[in-house]
Formats: sequence, structure tokens, C-alpha cells
Amino acid sequence: MSTRIKDRLLYIIICAISFITLGILVWIMAYIITKGLPYISWEFLTTDYRGDREGILPSIVTTLYLIIISLSISTPIGIGTAIYLVEYSKPGKTIDVIRFAIVTLAGIPSIIYGLFGYMFFVIALNYGNSFLAGGMTISIMVLPTIIRTTEEALKAVPKSFREGSLALGATKLTTIIKIVLPSAIPGILAAIILSIGRIVGETAVLIFTLGTATGFPTSIMDSARTLSVHLYMLAKEGLSFEQAFATATVLLIITAFINFISSKIALNIKRFAMGSKN
Amino acid sequence: MKSDLQKIHTQNLDLFYGDTQALKDVSISLEEKKVTAFIGPSGCGKSTFLKTLNRMNDLVDNVKISGKVFLDNLNIYEKYDIVELRKRVGMVFQKPNPFPMSIYDNIAYGPRVHGIKSKSILNEIVEKSLKNAALWDEVKDRLKQNALGLSGGQQQRLCIARVLAVEPEVVLMDEPTSALDPLSTLKIEDLINELKKNYTIIIVTHNMQQAGRISDKTAFFLLGEIVEYGSTDKIFSVPEDKRTEDYITGRFG
Ligand SMILES: Nc1ncnc2c1ncn2[C@@H]1O[C@H](COP(=O)(O)OP(=O)(O)OP(=O)(O)O)[C@@H](O)[C@H]1O
Ligand SMILES: [Mg+2]
Repeated sequence: MSTRIKDRLLYIIICAISFITLGILVWIMAYIITKGLPYISWEFLTTDYRGDREGILPSIVTTLYLIIISLSISTPIGIGTAIYLVEYSKPGKTIDVIRFAIVTLAGIPSIIYGLFGYMFFVIALNYGNSFLAGGMTISIMVLPTIIRTTEEALKAVPKSFREGSLALGATKLTTIIKIVLPSAIPGILAAIILSIGRIVGETAVLIFTLGTATGFPTSIMDSARTLSVHLYMLAKEGLSFEQAFATATVLLIITAFINFISSKIALNIKRFAMGSKN
Repeated sequence: MKSDLQKIHTQNLDLFYGDTQALKDVSISLEEKKVTAFIGPSGCGKSTFLKTLNRMNDLVDNVKISGKVFLDNLNIYEKYDIVELRKRVGMVFQKPNPFPMSIYDNIAYGPRVHGIKSKSILNEIVEKSLKNAALWDEVKDRLKQNALGLSGGQQQRLCIARVLAVEPEVVLMDEPTSALDPLSTLKIEDLINELKKNYTIIIVTHNMQQAGRISDKTAFFLLGEIVEYGSTDKIFSVPEDKRTEDYITGRFG
């Protein structure tokens, strides 16, 4: 077989695989949306889930709150840790232990985080089923992802940028803030989007820690249910598959929306950090 | 070690990377507002020595340095503010390394870091630096465009302009033209000839002709030591050391 034909064949196979993957994705989305869309109404989106009302507004709000709470805890810690590991730490025993811990944490099934969160935050610290307990637990859960993805992003920033900045008399901290971090923003954004994905999709951890209350959350000590938990409860108890699909559709749309917004925000941060527009 | 013309001089400088010695007992006096070229085979310590002059070696793990390096008679390895040092001793790298931001912001980066905020002053500095680096005419209409869009030669002149913007006294250049085409190389050489009126320039080069064309003095390095140091004319016409002659005439690895 000539090289040209082999090339051609390989190309066709790769295309086919890509199309199959894409096809499955589109099919799942189409399936969920066609099943869910007919049940989405203004009322469904704007009321709560009580009595004869079947709305999901509290769950939408809860999902957003939880994302904000978890990320405001885990992002600074995660980015800070990654900066420390990549920019400051000297290789040695301590660093090996930290890295081992991070890898281990990343590999733990989420139900274990749920149990831990329940025992520690809910029971021992007496936070009860609450945003505080749920947010803390979720933060710990997404921390390894944020650290590792940010680390990769920082490592990918060419050494020559750092040298150029330091040679101009910039301090290490200035170099990190003005050169390294802005260059790493796409990677850090990827970390955040991955985390949002995990937060939005999580159920096991949250049932233990944030609970399943259906009302509108009013404080950080309240229990509430996110869209995924709501979806899980609806499906598990066989209450209503229509509602479950409708909820899933909303979940899909929200996730897409959040990803879109995050990338816009990150782009602006990058522009801003990389200097004036004069 | 006494001439008033000397800008930088070193005394018995030894440098180790871990256990391997990269510089051996280097004592040299570099003259103000002259171009000094460092030549020598690969791995002989030219870059290492250059980096001791603005303490960029501090970034490397496991470096041990002993001996003295004086800038205007003050030892830079003793109670010397590194920020101040690097402001006074700028560095241009082998591979052009513009930051991924606009041309303007690249030049303004140094001055901003050193606390200049006024837009009009920054504008002035940017224009002056780009003019001094013979780049102004080529980029004056696109200062806001990303610097990574410039050609290699333009990028290197941008990096020189970026260094000039912090008003250094000494400019270190580590093979600044080795990644460039002949025409860009010529431009940079002309530029260096222009710059030596105001700056002390120390340049590492593998190109003998280049060293001959642009430098006033030349130091020949071998295995971490300076074998011979003197006026470029003399080194290239009547070298004292056999090893220098072998290297210059190309009979050497
Ligand atoms: N960061 C480092 N860690 C360990 N050894 C190093 C380091 N940098 C350089 N060396 C070693 O020190 C010696 C001198 O290196 P240096 O880069 O100064 O040589 P050079 O004369 O600039 O060579 P070239 O002409 O190839 O650039 C070499 O043997 C090199 O392997
Ligand atoms: Mg070198």
C-alpha cells in the first residue's frame, strides 16, 4: 500500500472517529432537549417546588450560589498553591509529600468526600446541612483539579518571559503578577471551567452536605438542593421524568452559558493585566 | 584594575554549578562606553560569566559564586539592591523574548515596574527607546499591536529598546544575532556601534567577523578561564596565546 493511500485511510478513520464522538454528543443533547423542552415553561423556571408547584428556581439559585461559594474558596487557594509549587518551592521531601497528597486527593471518588464532609463539617463542626458545609466540601474536592491544571498552565509559560522581566529589574512577585499569571489565564480558566462542571454535576457529595431542602436559600447556613440533586431526587423517586428532563435541559443551558461567560471574563482580565490600552 | 575608564571589573571570580566549575579565577576589567566581545567555544562559560554581571545566575539552583564583581567600584554581590543592579545593567538574550503584549506595553514595562505612571512620560520613553533601537519608523503606526507579530530581527531590536527604556549604563548581549538573518544582523551591528557612544556594551558572539567588526576589546574564554584579553585588533592580528590563534583561525573545536 502506498504512503499516500495509507495517509488517506488514516485521515478517513480519524474523521470517522471524530464524527462518531461528536454524533454521540449531539444525540445525547438532542435527546435530552427534545424530551425536556416541551415541559419548560415560564412557571417552571420562576416558581419553587412546593405543593402543586413544580418550579426549579430555588435549584437554579442554589446551583449558582454553590458555584460562587465553592470557587471563591478553592480558586484563590488552588492558584496560590500552584504558584507556590511552580514558582517558589525547591524540590525536596516536603514538595514530594504535597504533590503525592494532591494526586491522591484527585483520585478519590466523590462519595468519600461526601462522607468526610458529612462527618467533619456537618457533624463535628456542627454546620448541619448547609451551603457552608457543602461549599467547603466541594472546594476540597475541586482543589486538586485547580492546582494541577493551574500548575500545568504556569509551567507552560516560557522561561524566557520570566528572564526578560527579571532582567529588567522587576521583582519575582511583579513578574508573576504581570507576566506569568496573565499568560497562564487560558489554562487557569480551563481549571475553573472543569471545576464548574464538577460542581454542577455533583450529587453524592451534596446530598450529604448541602442536603435536599426544596425552599429558597436565604443564608449560608441553609440547606438547599442544586439542579443535579433535584434531578436525582426526581428520577430516583420516579416522581416525574418529564420534570427530570426539563431540569436536565436547564442544566445544560446554564453550563453552556457559564462557560461562555467565564471565557469572556478571562479574556478581559488578561487584557487588563497585560497592560493599558492607551 | 585601576583605569578610570573601567565600568565593571571582577576579581578571582569562581562559579560552580553543583560540583562542576564553570568559571575559574576570572579577573577582568571592562571599559566604559566600549564594546567588549566574549568569544570562545561552546560551553566555555561565556553566558555564565555574562550572567554574573547582572546576577541572573541567582535564578539557577545550586550555584556557588565566590570572588568579586564591581560595578563602579561597588561589589554587586555584597549588600547590593538587585532591582537597582538590573536597572543599571540590562540584558538582551539570544532568542528575542518580547512579552506577549503590545509593542508599546513591552517598552513601557520596565519604566512602569520602576514606578513611572505618567502617560506623557511613558509616551516619551517609548518613542525615544524605539528611536534609539532604530525601530521607531517601522512600528510607529502600530504600537498597539502585539509584539509577537514582529519579525525576528524587529523583535530583537524591540528587546534592545525595552532594555534602553530603563536607561541602563551597561547592556549585556548574549549572542543577540545568532537567531537572525544577515540583514537583521547587520542592522543590530550598526545599532551597537551607535549605542556605544552612550552605553557600555558587552556582547557574546560566536561570529569572529562580528567580533572584529563591532568590538573594541575581545576576551577569549576557554574552559571557564580567560585565556587572552586585549584590543580586538591585536587579538585578531597578533594573538599572544597559541590557543587563541588556533581558535580564531578555526583550527579549534
Ligand atoms: N544552569 C546550569 N546548570 C548546570 N550547568 C550549567 C548551567 N548553565 C550552564 N552550565 C554549564 O556551564 C558550562 C558553561 O556554560 P555556558 O552556558 O556559560 O557556556 P557558553 O560559553 O555560553 O556556551 P555557548 O557558546 O554554547 O552558549 C557548560 O559546561 C554548561 O554545561
Ligand atoms: Mg551561551
